[in-house]
Amino acid sequence: MPDVGAAQSDRLVEQLREMILIREFESRVGTLFENNELPGFVHLSIGQEAVATGACSAIEADDYITSTHRGHGHSIAKGLDPDRMMAELFGKANGYCGGKSGSMHIADVDSGMLGANGIVGAGPALAAGAGLSISRSGADRVCLSFFGDGAMAEGPVHESMNLAGVRDLPVVFICENNQYGEMTPAEDQHHVDGFEARGDVYDMPAETVDGMSVQDVYDATSTAVERARNGGGPSLIVCETYRYRGHYEGDPTTYRTDDEVDEWQERDPIDTLETSLVDAGLLEESAIEAMHAEASERIDEAVAFARTSDLPDAETAFLDVYTEEL
Amino acid sequence: MDEQSARGAINDALAEELDRDESVYLIGQDIGKPGGSFGITRGLHEEFGGDRVVDTPISEAAIVGSSAGAGLTGSRPVAEIMYADFMGLAADQVMNQAGLFKYMFGGDVSVPMTIRTVNGGSGFNAAAQHSKSLHGLFMHMPGVRVVLATTPYDSKGLLKSAIRSDDPVLFFEHMELYNREGEVPDSSYTLPLGEAAIEREGDDVTVIATQKLVYDALDVAASLEGEISVEVVNPRTVKPLDVETLAESARKTGRVVVADESVIQNGPGAYIAKRIESEAFYHLEAPIEVVGVDDTPIPFSPPLADAVVPDGDDIETAIRSLPRL
Repeated sequence: MPDVGAAQSDRLVEQLREMILIREFESRVGTLFENNELPGFVHLSIGQEAVATGACSAIEADDYITSTHRGHGHSIAKGLDPDRMMAELFGKANGYCGGKSGSMHIADVDSGMLGANGIVGAGPALAAGAGLSISRSGADRVCLSFFGDGAMAEGPVHESMNLAGVRDLPVVFICENNQYGEMTPAEDQHHVDGFEARGDVYDMPAETVDGMSVQDVYDATSTAVERARNGGGPSLIVCETYRYRGHYEGDPTTYRTDDEVDEWQERDPIDTLETSLVDAGLLEESAIEAMHAEASERIDEAVAFARTSDLPDAETAFLDVYTEEL
Repeated sequence: MDEQSARGAINDALAEELDRDESVYLIGQDIGKPGGSFGITRGLHEEFGGDRVVDTPISEAAIVGSSAGAGLTGSRPVAEIMYADFMGLAADQVMNQAGLFKYMFGGDVSVPMTIRTVNGGSGFNAAAQHSKSLHGLFMHMPGVRVVLATTPYDSKGLLKSAIRSDDPVLFFEHMELYNREGEVPDSSYTLPLGEAAIEREGDDVTVIATQKLVYDALDVAASLEGEISVEVVNPRTVKPLDVETLAESARKTGRVVVADESVIQNGPGAYIAKRIESEAFYHLEAPIEVVGVDDTPIPFSPPLADAVVPDGDDIETAIRSLPRL
């Protein structure tokens, strides 16, 4: 690691702390799901933490994000509380959405988190709308729109990138290329090499970054966010990353080899950052161990909070369809 | 009160709401300088500018999907989709996004957005991809309100309420009604979503008609005067549906025809008939007749289109088919 200033080293330490928390949250969710404690589907983003943390640490609390159905990392990085997230995964009344959303649709609009989304490629259109709200109100905000490589084949993504370009909207499109759209390799789903070229198509600045490097994601996002805030319109950032787990928990992942997984895990975003921070003398091994212990305790608390929370009353199933009941 | 066309009344409603509330903006294809393909937004771009009247590429999913995102973040968009048929390109944005957010996100958000689009008809011979009446599709989606604009008076008052609603509203206009004139008050007004209108009183049979078929039913009622006394009721909104007013009329006349341009199978007419049956069963003298489009696309050639799309003759036939009338 090159010489870094104090501000940057503090930031990297905080980014590491957050990535460890995300990893711990999701690892625990995997175990809870395996133990049949969680209803529904669970999609984990283990391996992709540098994208969520790197991008969200480049924006402010009043900025917006849209997410995917692999959205736990984005949610934590946007500042959502692991207690209420975990409670939502348990289907509890005090979860973020009162138990109506589960893992796939967690949202907290007050925190600027416009929703994990079960529809692949839905987020970019919502982000364009947030961009319209921002540009019309004259606010200084931006919206980051996370979507996967699979979503690059969806029409609304392209409509939204085009609209954002035409209107110079303050949106940063962040394609997390985790190499698989559901169970099919990205290269089998797209007829052109690389996603960066899609930015050229819409005449927006585009770059491909190492999605296993929180610094690289942070740098690229910061540049794009600054451009958006200054009226420079949307950008596309393609983050090359990897999904360690299957498409869903329980996916046998027969479509890929263990060697492939091992190769990516050698570049693990948390391990490599830890090593580089220790090598640079910015962090003691003991401090890193403490971070892991702290994350583990924090998630213990979240799980306890969720387990001891009440299930929602069945009558609430019929509430909040409309602002006034019809 | 002055006579005004539905086109002018809708234009006025949009202008008044743009003027009243800074968070309102219009978005759609060709709605800016061209004034919209049916001329509804004419002059608004000049008056309010390109940030309030947002012209877009041809991209229905982005128009409606962005409106959902904008509604979540403090705006009150009014999207125009040129024909209801094209809502097929954006249906996901309603059924999986806008219509669900309030519910899925735990109730503490709202998605104030209106989608104006065009239903209908055989009158323009626009064929199968530009003629459907699709309000039934959206009645089927929880979280969405559904308005059927008919008279200039209704169109203005209901559109203003739709824009002010904190829920997503599908607002269906009818291409054959834009030039029809009717009385519209000079002063600003709104009409509540969920209130049917008795368009004509009668004693023998109730015709519950929507959009253009309201006018057809009124013509039939006038022609049958002295022979059969026809009451014409216009639900005006189908979600919420003013079941009480419809059922009250059914209890009075004992005979009901529901006339709507949707496909009959599994459609709004069947639903309305079911609700009336539940509320007024012991007052009914006959099974409820439903007039609509058979399980057929809308064809192009005038005699074919006329055969498929219901009109006054179909309403009269249905009335005369009711027993003991």
